[in-house]
Amino acid sequence: MNELNELPYLTALEAEAVHVFREVAATFARPVLLFSGGKDSMVMLHVATKAFWPAPVPFPVLHVDTGHNFPEVIRFRDAVAARLGVRLLVGRVQDDIDAGRIVEPATPSASRNRMQTTTLLRVITEERFDAVFGGARRDEEKARAKERIFSLRDKLGQWDPRNQRPELWRVYNGRHHEGEHMRVFPLSNWTETDIWCYVRDERIELPSLYYSHHRRVVRRDGLLLPYPEALEPGDDHQPVELAVRFRTVGDATCTACVPSYAATPEAVIAELAETTSTERGATRIDDRVSDSHMEDRKREGYF
Amino acid sequence: MSSLLRIVTVGSVDDGKSTLIGRLLHDADAVFADQLADVERIRRQRGELLPNLALLTDGLRSEREQGITIDVAYRYFSTPRRKFIVADTPGHIQYTRNMVTGASTAHLALILVDARKGVLEQSRRHAFIASLLGIRHLTVCVNKMDMVDWSQRRFDDICTDFRGFAAGLDVPDLTCIPISALYGDNVVQRGTNAPWYEGGPVLQHLETVAIASDDNMIDVRLPVQYVTRPQQPPHEFRGCAGTISGGRLRSGDEVIVLPAGHTTRVAAMYGPGGDRLTTAYPPQSVLLELADELDVARGDLICHPGNQPHLTNDLHALLCWLTDRSTLTSGTRYVIQHATRETRATVVSVDYRLDVNTLHRDRTANTLALNEIGRVRLRTHQPLMFDTYRRNRDTGSFVLIDETSNDTVAAGMITGPSTNVLWHQAAVSRQQRATRGMTVWLTGLPAAGKSTVAGELGRALLRAAQPVYVLDGDNLRHGLNADLGFSAKDRAENVRRTGEVAKLIADAGVVAVVALISPYRADRDRVRASHDQAGLPFLEVFVDTPLAVCESRDPKGLYAKARAGEISTLTGVDDPYEPPLHPDITLSSATNNPLDLAAELMAAVMRRIQ
Ligand SMILES: Nc1nc2c(ncn2[C@@H]2O[C@H](COP(=O)(O)OP(=O)(O)O)[C@@H](O)[C@H]2O)c(=O)[nH]1
Repeated sequence: MNELNELPYLTALEAEAVHVFREVAATFARPVLLFSGGKDSMVMLHVATKAFWPAPVPFPVLHVDTGHNFPEVIRFRDAVAARLGVRLLVGRVQDDIDAGRIVEPATPSASRNRMQTTTLLRVITEERFDAVFGGARRDEEKARAKERIFSLRDKLGQWDPRNQRPELWRVYNGRHHEGEHMRVFPLSNWTETDIWCYVRDERIELPSLYYSHHRRVVRRDGLLLPYPEALEPGDDHQPVELAVRFRTVGDATCTACVPSYAATPEAVIAELAETTSTERGATRIDDRVSDSHMEDRKREGYF
Repeated sequence: MSSLLRIVTVGSVDDGKSTLIGRLLHDADAVFADQLADVERIRRQRGELLPNLALLTDGLRSEREQGITIDVAYRYFSTPRRKFIVADTPGHIQYTRNMVTGASTAHLALILVDARKGVLEQSRRHAFIASLLGIRHLTVCVNKMDMVDWSQRRFDDICTDFRGFAAGLDVPDLTCIPISALYGDNVVQRGTNAPWYEGGPVLQHLETVAIASDDNMIDVRLPVQYVTRPQQPPHEFRGCAGTISGGRLRSGDEVIVLPAGHTTRVAAMYGPGGDRLTTAYPPQSVLLELADELDVARGDLICHPGNQPHLTNDLHALLCWLTDRSTLTSGTRYVIQHATRETRATVVSVDYRLDVNTLHRDRTANTLALNEIGRVRLRTHQPLMFDTYRRNRDTGSFVLIDETSNDTVAAGMITGPSTNVLWHQAAVSRQQRATRGMTVWLTGLPAAGKSTVAGELGRALLRAAQPVYVLDGDNLRHGLNADLGFSAKDRAENVRRTGEVAKLIADAGVVAVVALISPYRADRDRVRASHDQAGLPFLEVFVDTPLAVCESRDPKGLYAKARAGEISTLTGVDDPYEPPLHPDITLSSATNNPLDLAAELMAAVMRRIQ
């Protein structure tokens, strides 16, 4: 407690997330946690581990694999799942492409980010998951600011922003019909800085990409993109080597990095205090396409 | 380490709410360059002079098209002292439900008032809903002061107006700040345009307002959320997991598990991840190891044996109806979600519908539609373990869910249990009596003027040939209540007994005039409920005299003694006084003479018994 006798805010945020995890575990039949190995999903899994202590986390984790990953993140993902003893499921976008459920667009800036939706919904249906934990935060993007902590998706996995259930106090209405599912966001009220403070305080291990490292990058539209992953056919940008780090680790073909010398969580927090762009604005090519892009994707069932 | 403050912002359209939030985010450096660039681009497109900071907080596309905010949106910013979660809710009349939603978790409400327009009907509604939802801190931002030349007079008038209205509400902390959201004066930085304003800017207030005592730290309540299975040694126990909803629970405490009623001890208490805790308080998440193997399940409630919640299936609650797809009617059955318990509830009756603008109670109402608030009586299939909402926001709240659509249709705030004891039918019925009785209940601080007004009212009624009996708190303490002291429990009993006696008197066709400090709202509410139950009129009269005035009067020298430390637990000095939320009548004895006040009461009484 501080001098005003109040709970430290990270403890309060953690308590809220723990409450949400326990609520879901107590009232849903088949929850699953989306886990990419990125910082938000690492924090989410860490809080889940604490919520159920001394018992193991009572649900599996799922990675929707675009096939365009940073190899170190995949290694990290597998190591964490093994260490914590959680069951790791992988849904592959490639499988859906091969089966003809997704047609890969031929445009040069084709990222597989948007295609994840098909794969995610397929796995949810196949495994009959009724609650899906996501690490999304309301500070990430305007369309997320109104998202509930419990967010209902219809039988097609779609979100209707006009038809959200009011969410009051600490009472979460998780009732749903057969075939519908709930997206649950335990970290809704955390900001990027909160995530990093928690990573620091709890000593949460993250993929090395999140810290400063030397990497060959190309500059395009004001963004620093990893080379050669983000190279497009006919692209003749010359790579330069810079000290960089990633603020998110999504699809390797469309995730930009930022110049950085931050090698520790503490240094990252200091850097964030000076930062002038949002996490998505700085790093996601596909979020720039249009202002209402995210909202459209969410309606379709994206996270 | 900094703490968390949850804020709800409300204002009518165009009062400048979005601009204020944008300004707070902007000046507190919570806005990133790319977001600002967007705002700047739009300014240029529209050819405006100043960037429209309101755009920073504008969310979904449909709203952007309509140029209005239609739902609750959450924003975040922080300073070294605190992290702030802002629930931004629109102020249109049809969106009471959004404000109720945003207010349900807020510590503080920021209410926007346009300096040119003053306190509108909407402002009153906002203040009322905030107090209804149990928000203890209201901050009134009188905005657009630049458009009234920073007139101190204008500001003072608005504040006085607002305070006058809020006096009838349950708002312990009301602060008014003159601002210009557009230019930034008194938002984050002090402005230079209002040298007459001595307070700090909005942000400073948000950083320092004390909220630690807002949570109930007295009644230990742990609704059991989840039970963990025994693990490997040394963790071979079934753990009861949950979030503390009230009180300070200590490791080693004797506890009772409700509704079964088994008592045991807290053998060990753990925070998330297994940190050993000696004490826990709201809103911490804990895991308890109990000393005995008991059959505990989700939906149970753990508390101290000497301080238990109500346990009944028959209760009264204020409901806000949240949907336009149906209306509430009596006889309908819903799913009720209360703390960690889910059961079914039937609406027995609608007691009244509340006009959120005038606070008038329409007792003829028997439905509630979208955005309407009213009091209902519910019967639940399984009993609930609850406190009144005023005492505990978690164990006093619930939602109703439509069983077919699964929609959340109502937010409920429990006002109290309704008793089920059946009465022996009286030999002489009330209608057969010559005169009609009722109870007039005067509550207020010591020396507020209750007894004086009660005496005058008594005389006036006798002149009108209406039988009357005055029950004066001080006198009752010599006889009926001689065995009671001034602890919260004894005060409650004092009020209960006096209430019962008043009821008997009223039932006998006599007007019972009660002059009793009766400091706790819940106790008074119970008396009202029992009168309602018995079909007897009950008039709650708040004798609203400022503490300073009472203290200067001090006819019995009590305040002097209390200040000198000779007596303790004097209401107003070192024991709290909870003013009524919706008194039927508020009397201001500081500015009026007792005869006039009694005449005002007389008229109200005669209306009810004739
Ligand atoms: N002159 C002046 N205009 C203001 C002030 N605050 C807001 N406005 C203007 O009032 C209008 C409505 O503001 P907005 O923030 O969108 O109102 P909202 O509907 O309450 O969110 C806009 O044109 C603002 O620029 C102020 O302090 N002074």
